[in-house]
Amino acid sequence: MLDLIVPQLLTGLAGASSLFLVASGLTIIFGVTRIVNFSHGSLTMLGAYLGWSILTRLPREPEWFILGILLTALCTALIGVMLELVVLRRVYRAPELFQLLATFGVVLILQDVTLWLWGPVELPLPRPRWLRGFVEILGNRFPLYDLVLIAIGPVVLGLLWLLMNRTRWGTLVRAATLDRDMVAALGVDQRLLFTSVFALGAGLAGLGGALSLPNASANLQIDLSVIVDAFVVVVVGGLGSLAGAFVASLLIGILQAFGIVLLPQSTLVLVFLVMAVVLVFRPNGLLGRPQAEAREMLAAAPVIRAAPPALRYLGLATLLLAASAPFWVGDYYLTVLTDGAVALLFAVSLHVMMGPGGMASFGHAAWFGIGAYAAGLLAQWLGTPMPLGLLAAPIAAGIVAALFGWFVVRLSGVYLSMLTLAFAQIVWAISFQWVGVTGGDNGLLGLWPEAWARGAATYYWIALALSVAVALLLRRMLYAPYGYALRAARDSAVRAEAIGLDVQHLRMVALVIAGAAAGLSGALFSYAKGGVFPTYISIPHSVEALLMVLLGGLQTMAGPIVGALVYTGLADILVRSTDLWRLVLGAVILLLVMAFPEGIAGAARRLWLRGREA
Amino acid sequence: MSLLAVRGLRKAFGGVQAVDDVSFDLAAGEMLALIGPNGAGKSTCFNMVGGQLPPDAGSVRLEGREIAGLNPRAIAAHGIGRTFQITATFGSMTVRENVQMALIAHHGEVWRFWRPAAVRFAAEADALLAQVGLAEQAERATGVLAYGDLKRLELAVALGNAPRLLLMDEPTAGMAPAERVALMQLTRRLATERGVAVLFTEHDMDVVFDVSDRILVLNRGALIAEGDAAAIRADPAVREVYLGTGAAGGGH
Repeated sequence: MLDLIVPQLLTGLAGASSLFLVASGLTIIFGVTRIVNFSHGSLTMLGAYLGWSILTRLPREPEWFILGILLTALCTALIGVMLELVVLRRVYRAPELFQLLATFGVVLILQDVTLWLWGPVELPLPRPRWLRGFVEILGNRFPLYDLVLIAIGPVVLGLLWLLMNRTRWGTLVRAATLDRDMVAALGVDQRLLFTSVFALGAGLAGLGGALSLPNASANLQIDLSVIVDAFVVVVVGGLGSLAGAFVASLLIGILQAFGIVLLPQSTLVLVFLVMAVVLVFRPNGLLGRPQAEAREMLAAAPVIRAAPPALRYLGLATLLLAASAPFWVGDYYLTVLTDGAVALLFAVSLHVMMGPGGMASFGHAAWFGIGAYAAGLLAQWLGTPMPLGLLAAPIAAGIVAALFGWFVVRLSGVYLSMLTLAFAQIVWAISFQWVGVTGGDNGLLGLWPEAWARGAATYYWIALALSVAVALLLRRMLYAPYGYALRAARDSAVRAEAIGLDVQHLRMVALVIAGAAAGLSGALFSYAKGGVFPTYISIPHSVEALLMVLLGGLQTMAGPIVGALVYTGLADILVRSTDLWRLVLGAVILLLVMAFPEGIAGAARRLWLRGREA
Repeated sequence: MSLLAVRGLRKAFGGVQAVDDVSFDLAAGEMLALIGPNGAGKSTCFNMVGGQLPPDAGSVRLEGREIAGLNPRAIAAHGIGRTFQITATFGSMTVRENVQMALIAHHGEVWRFWRPAAVRFAAEADALLAQVGLAEQAERATGVLAYGDLKRLELAVALGNAPRLLLMDEPTAGMAPAERVALMQLTRRLATERGVAVLFTEHDMDVVFDVSDRILVLNRGALIAEGDAAAIRADPAVREVYLGTGAAGGGH
């Protein structure tokens, strides 16, 4: 028994060390700047690639290896500094979601830059002989390098502890983590502090990436896989807590190591379940403190008023134009327009949750995917016709949303967003790993509409009619007493409770409605594409929804619609015209966040209202 | 019979007895001020009546029904309205909509998904706004209101619940002296007209002596004096802990 447990335990500890390096950087950066840095995984990926380039050029002795690793960490720290100076410095005052979106823009840009510099092939590090050594432990041969990794975690924790507790800089970092405003009021140069914190965090990320090289390789999937794991560790440990990150790394690392042996089909599910359970019992993570209330008042959300008549006519004209599209556009554009109709519903459903509901979901693709798989599996098992599939999808997504809602509505802010992300990853993991049912990576194929609905024009009309109808129903709801109450709960939870509103119940219902609508959009998409795939639930797809809503503008009812249409059009043009579409899209996101934080519809609204509202 | 009867209320935080065996009564239409130096336990007392904190021991009865330990929502349903020290209004709504929201909640019409909220109880909302002197501002965004107007809006929102008891935590904090007296005289008038009992905490002694029917003085969690303005002014214990510091003109 022991000889089974010990090797897994050691493997788990080695994994925990790598996790801790990356997560410690993330948690320090969050603690001080309050930025959830999506691009942290990209820094780890750059660390791996830079490490590869540096180490393959150096002699192969251990001392050169150490030097190369340190050099890599230094390089990524410098890249981190550049990132902070060019991008993040401009978004510290922006709302949380925009910061996150900006860092996701950086993810996209770095993906293309890395691809362009190092090419698409994964790059394994040729391991020198001393790295291939083994140590015998309890009759098992154990890789020497893993033992080195196991030691590095606590050593780095110790060094960071010294840095935080024995230097003036560390004291400032801890003070800023506890109370940023107070540190600013004391006259500390925040810019320098933030930049240096970012450098340290980025350096740790690069170190983690470079140290992972001997066991893995430099590849283009590192960024998102690492960031998701690091998010989990940081959230489980408590945002901003180094010790918490260490404990959580051990927990997650060991869980992954044993999970692979005991439940190979569901490792990912296990990890995210642990996160969900921890957040339910300790909403601030294992060792985290409640977030200090920000003293600066957030800019109040603008008053939502009924659209002016001109906008209604514009909307009607657009709808007529869209409805008549099959008479004057070709088949290719009809599929793009169908995608646009689906995106519209997807974005509108997220807006209900995020705008009036005040719950920023980073995993909205989960509901899209659940709807898609519900329709797909029903068709596969029972041969359900399309109309029933389109009915079952929102019901299934709504039911799951109700179950998930029990966990989520009691959280707030970043923790809520992280739990939605975790949940989407669970759903993704199930769709990806449970091959017997979902077909895994290959997806469910052959999901086509019946003959009467199969024509491009007919299906487009179906998608358009359903999307627009549901979007109008949701709009109606938001202007009804329920929508007002939901908004009231977001604006001021204490006031809402004091006039007798049930805040959690209101949010729960919003989640179910948003989930159901997203589920319908997922099914519509699946019938258009003829299949259901795990990519429907991927992080980029969730971010796409966020992007559409924020692009259009969060605080206007028309925002998500404008955003969905602009995004779909933009993505279509980009994908067809350039190989570097991620780079361009990332740059567009950055531009948007910096120049139009209120979105297209929000900016239009401001121009329209200029001088009309006291 | 008194509207609100508080008996033997206690609350400790760690080893500190924040509120120690506090009892008092409050009748309909009466304005009762809760005063005391900082840390006397005013807010703790207040939050136990309002449902924000559960008491360790004691009872809070509204018209004979026990409400101690209920959550704020349940307490609102029993007919208790409140205003907050830091104003809490619905920023994405107009002034009128804020009041309409309270009326919609009071009439149990929250879970309606079809008919627009904008037409519900508009006239009633305007009437409440007129009472607090905000009729002209009904269409404005709450975000652009002056601070004193926000306080008055909170009062209108609290009244939307048709409360029998109004809890006001530092209602005049942050206001100019003239505004303070005006707001509390407005509250006084509404309390008399509608027979609403008002329990409030307040730092400004001018306001306290001007509008309250009775005054409770807390010190270190315990009730040390109770009576009308003249009695409190004359009370040696109060002078000792509170007014004796020369802060009779206001502040603390």
